Amino acid sequence: MVKNIKPDISVNIGNLDLKNPVMVASGTFGYAEEFKGLIDLKKLGAIVTKTITVKPRIGNMPPRTCETPSGMLNSIGLENPGIDVFIEEKLPFLKKLGIPVIVSIAAEDSPEEFSVLVSKLDKMDAVSAIELNISCPNLQKDRLISQDAQATFELVSLVRKLTSKILITKLSPNVTCISDIAMAAEGAGSDALALINTLSGMSIDVHKRIPMLGAWEGGLSGPAIRPIAVKMVWEVYNKIKIPIIGMGGIMDTESALEFIIAGATAVSVGTANFINPKASLEIISGLRQYMADNGILSLSNITGRLKACKD
Amino acid sequence: MEKLQVKVRIISNKKLKDNYWHLEFESRLIARNAVPGQFIEVKVNHGTDPLLRRPISIHNVSKSGVRLLYEVVGRGTQILSEKRPGDLLDIIGPLGNGFEYLRKTAKPDSSQAVLVAGGMGVAPLVFLTEKIKFISPLVLVGARKKEQVLCLREFKALGCKLIIATDDGSLGFKGKVTDLLKEILLKKSPADRPINIYACGPQPMLKAVAQLSCENNIASQLSLERHMACGFGACLGCVVPTRAGYKRVCKDGPVFLGKELIW
Repeated sequence: MVKNIKPDISVNIGNLDLKNPVMVASGTFGYAEEFKGLIDLKKLGAIVTKTITVKPRIGNMPPRTCETPSGMLNSIGLENPGIDVFIEEKLPFLKKLGIPVIVSIAAEDSPEEFSVLVSKLDKMDAVSAIELNISCPNLQKDRLISQDAQATFELVSLVRKLTSKILITKLSPNVTCISDIAMAAEGAGSDALALINTLSGMSIDVHKRIPMLGAWEGGLSGPAIRPIAVKMVWEVYNKIKIPIIGMGGIMDTESALEFIIAGATAVSVGTANFINPKASLEIISGLRQYMADNGILSLSNITGRLKACKD
Repeated sequence: MEKLQVKVRIISNKKLKDNYWHLEFESRLIARNAVPGQFIEVKVNHGTDPLLRRPISIHNVSKSGVRLLYEVVGRGTQILSEKRPGDLLDIIGPLGNGFEYLRKTAKPDSSQAVLVAGGMGVAPLVFLTEKIKFISPLVLVGARKKEQVLCLREFKALGCKLIIATDDGSLGFKGKVTDLLKEILLKKSPADRPINIYACGPQPMLKAVAQLSCENNIASQLSLERHMACGFGACLGCVVPTRAGYKRVCKDGPVFLGKELIW
């Protein structure tokens, strides 16, 4: 086995070059400023912002988080200052970091809001890619866009015409067949897919007989959902050609590797940012170490390379 | 000071009484720079269950040590209580905005400040008292019963005036600590009323303190407690309604002005 090799952990998401495959997931990293002083932000592969909507949103009634076994529920409700304030007040800090900035966006009422958001972001040099959050369980009225293959196809087609920036479609695990939705997004011109968003969940205070969250329901994240996420990445990987950004309970190098071996080109660290802000940087060096130890020269040599049997 | 994520060495971790514990860890930097009202996020275990850190307010500091006073209320604090001197503790801190107070003044004048503590609310107020002991503030400590009254020795040692209230009357004034505060305010002429009220305790107590301070036109600073996911402003989980919209207890607080909160 080759020792002392310098493993190449750079990856491409469409024509976007990432110096490493580790990004931070939307909604778990604010607009990066919150983590100043805790980690060297410039070392991240990319940053995905908290989801932005056209108008400011005040978010849901507290309590908004609740700890569950190896996980947590949240019902933040996409609290954000709106696209204009984001561009004016949050984007300059992100731009200065010099790493790819992926802006997550969502619509509150109609898909046309995506057009407004994409048109504005398309003009911003500081924005490397746009993530379409069509899968937030806290924005659910009846059905999420990502719970319907046709609606997903139409939405991605609509915004595809408006920008040449990298488009990432974020998918919901709260579906019968995630690869149907994945293929619809790919067919409509999405450059990459991010999966998974949180699982819809609920927790109850039995002493008071009240829901733990002010909004009653929320999205489950953390290591508790990892096996579901890994399986969905594997399933989708076998059906599509575009890159997958895998996420769901990644806490350390080993859990990040699970996603990569299942077929993720890049990974996003989410809930772990709350507990160990250094998690993503530890994973970056952990991946290098794993590759060096196993004589792997390029990350693409293990992406989706799941072996059939254990021996 | 800028927040840090560090592993600190536990100096001591002792049961005070019942479910109340004292933990002291080494950190010269935090001891020197922390402000009363600020807190620490503690990871009590290596695994993922419990998953989140536990926010615990800074009780006081020595030259190179930081002390926490905590109550064992669930699995997280239970695990914390099993830590031994010499163990390493993964913490993030100091976090949040602490109390604002006068750093020095010409003469001792207890009418300048009244501190109101309910139950575990004594924790950050001991640290605050240390900082403002030169004005010998009036400290009101409330609890449900005698056994739950905490930190009397600490407050006495700091030379402040101390009055105790218990719901069942087993020690001191019989009734809520806020009833005691009301009585004190009524007895004083407007000119003698305190300039500042600092409070920490359960939600109904803080609400009553906010009301009393607003009615009497006294500035109040209240330290809130909420479940948190991150503790440093990223998740937007611990928000409370204020006159300027939702604010984060972890980053905009935990200390808020009584007049800005909506109950």
